[in-house]
Amino acid sequence: MSGKKVSVWTSITFWRRSAAWVTGTATVLLMWLTFDTMGQIAMGSDADLENGVAKRIPAATVINYHIDYKMDEKRGHEVPVIGEKQLFFGKEWSAEEAAELLRHGKLTQQAKNCMNCHTLLGNGAYYAPDLTKAWLDPKWNDGTMTGITGKDTVEEAMAEFLMHPSQFPTHERMMPDLGITKDEAIALVAFLKHMSAIDTNGFPRNFSQSAKRLEGGTHAH
Amino acid sequence: MLTSIKSNQFQYESKKLAMNYFRVAIVLFGAQLLMGLIAATQFLYPSFLFEVFDFSVARMVHINALVVWMLYAMIGSVYLLLPDESGIETVGIKLGKLAFWVLTAAVTVVVLVYIFIQVGPGTESTIWLINEGREYIEAPRWADIGIVVVVLIFYYNVFATYMKGNKTGILTVLVADLFALAGLYLCGMFFTDNISMDQYWWWWVIHLWVEATWEVFVGSLAAYGLIRILGAKRQIVEMWLWIEVLMLFGSGILGLGHHYFWIGTPEYWWEIGALFSALEPVPLVAMFVHVLYDWGKEQGHAEAGQAGHAVKNSPAMAWIAINAFGNFLGAGIWGFFHTLPQVNIYTHGTQFTAAHGHLAFFGAYATILVGMMYLGIQGAYGIRKMTMTFNTKMAIFLLVFGVLGMTVSLTIAGYEQVLVERADLGGGWDAYFIAQNLPWYIQAQGWRLTMGLVTFVGFIFLLVDLLTIGRVEHAEESESAQTAAA
Repeated sequence: MSGKKVSVWTSITFWRRSAAWVTGTATVLLMWLTFDTMGQIAMGSDADLENGVAKRIPAATVINYHIDYKMDEKRGHEVPVIGEKQLFFGKEWSAEEAAELLRHGKLTQQAKNCMNCHTLLGNGAYYAPDLTKAWLDPKWNDGTMTGITGKDTVEEAMAEFLMHPSQFPTHERMMPDLGITKDEAIALVAFLKHMSAIDTNGFPRNFSQSAKRLEGGTHAH
Repeated sequence: MLTSIKSNQFQYESKKLAMNYFRVAIVLFGAQLLMGLIAATQFLYPSFLFEVFDFSVARMVHINALVVWMLYAMIGSVYLLLPDESGIETVGIKLGKLAFWVLTAAVTVVVLVYIFIQVGPGTESTIWLINEGREYIEAPRWADIGIVVVVLIFYYNVFATYMKGNKTGILTVLVADLFALAGLYLCGMFFTDNISMDQYWWWWVIHLWVEATWEVFVGSLAAYGLIRILGAKRQIVEMWLWIEVLMLFGSGILGLGHHYFWIGTPEYWWEIGALFSALEPVPLVAMFVHVLYDWGKEQGHAEAGQAGHAVKNSPAMAWIAINAFGNFLGAGIWGFFHTLPQVNIYTHGTQFTAAHGHLAFFGAYATILVGMMYLGIQGAYGIRKMTMTFNTKMAIFLLVFGVLGMTVSLTIAGYEQVLVERADLGGGWDAYFIAQNLPWYIQAQGWRLTMGLVTFVGFIFLLVDLLTIGRVEHAEESESAQTAAA
């Protein structure tokens, strides 16, 4: 090029260096943000729950508590609210037992391929309802599903449904029988209850509206 | 394409291997469409194959076949362009051939297990042997490890060839890009009982593939295609490629944030995700301009009588041009309109996502990979100037029309879902099924199935064309050469 001045905008070297710098900067930023996020989405401890310290992802022992999903005026959206102690399948689970149960539940969720019909945290397939806050769904809590399955508590009704889904047709689009055993069903319910306590920044929005709107009978079924 | 083994005029083993990858890719493409048809039918008739071949199975094979056929076609494309760019035979080609057969055997076993065994007990053994139950990367762990080994062999071949031969700009981008692409797969290979953590790293594989490394890969293929098909000037093409890399990685890497709105991650991802994913369409506009600019310029030269007819392979050029449109529309427009958190809180996990997914995967990736297959056939038969046949045109028309039709149908379904299920009723179980039962939604799903059938017919034309075009055009060319000689 013999030192001849050429416009920088048509210089390959300029664009190659810019591409390398921009990519490098974006990668470093992503790593830095990832370190911060990892800290914030690490599971809390049982002590946090005892002391009422809110964690984005609570400890597995959250299954021993009552969970609700309420509007938080300050944050402008609904958040999980962890309340009083509540027995889960008739007992209080120790930290080890709860962790083991959650692990089994998550494994079962993957082994039964739940995500290829349902969405979890809004990700997955769109053939069946979202499970993010399924534990809190009016359908389980207003007597419908406890009635159909003939069980007294939400967890028992859920476990019964998971073991024999096609015996309790709730919709034309039924859930298939996936050979879920009693132990797996209990673990899955624990997984669902734990997921409902995750702080999802208000997703799904207006979740509690469902029950209120439908009570009024303004919508034809 | 099938007979290209016998009648191939390739000087490089690398290109023969590329054709093998293309053959498997096209078979898996067909499998993907068939599974899609089953899943679409089940939306309308839920009892179809109930408890025999459930939606979850059809959908899993549908999306896995998609990912795997694209990876096959990508590897094939690299083996095809490597000798042209580097000027030498691919280093380690024997190992590459072995890897091809190992990978194909593994993929066959995985698919058979998906179809016939489907699910397992909730233990580690299921994750090792049957499936991992994690959307898009369901492959059991034994296959994960095998895939990593095969990809390492592939990467070694590309890297060693790059080091030994010419280091063009296109190859430099590819070597860097493939390193990232291969490395990211490792982020999806571990188990955690924390679903938020699980999803955080899962997106590193899915997003950083589809919205970063694959896009850069497509940019490299377009650059190579324009040089081969139009004789575009390398300096201009490579300068554009670097600009695209800058913008694609500059927006795509932190654009990852738009998947971190609702999975338990902190709120600062709202702003980061909104800003960078809003920038993501920008490089797609650049790619669009780039392809059409080069095409128009070379066409202009040709018309001015400076260089004969500009386009040396019109089917491939057509698919690259469709890629420029499809990438911008499917990934850019359809992606952007539900990417801001204010909108996404209602659209996340609805048919909007499916609409965007269908047009983006087709527009951004399927199109250019099909174009690369036509380039491969041209080389295999030694055709100087490849033109479109009736089948080429039918394939283009029906595939584009079918996918656009599915996209519009799913957009309408998503629109209804957002208004009724999400905005009005709040997204519970009842809200979900009320929305799924409304006539608008059902009609939209009906149109999706219809358009899916149109797409499938388009695929049949494509398949026939790929199998026959080489032989037909080769015969025509030698016939006209004989006439000219006489």
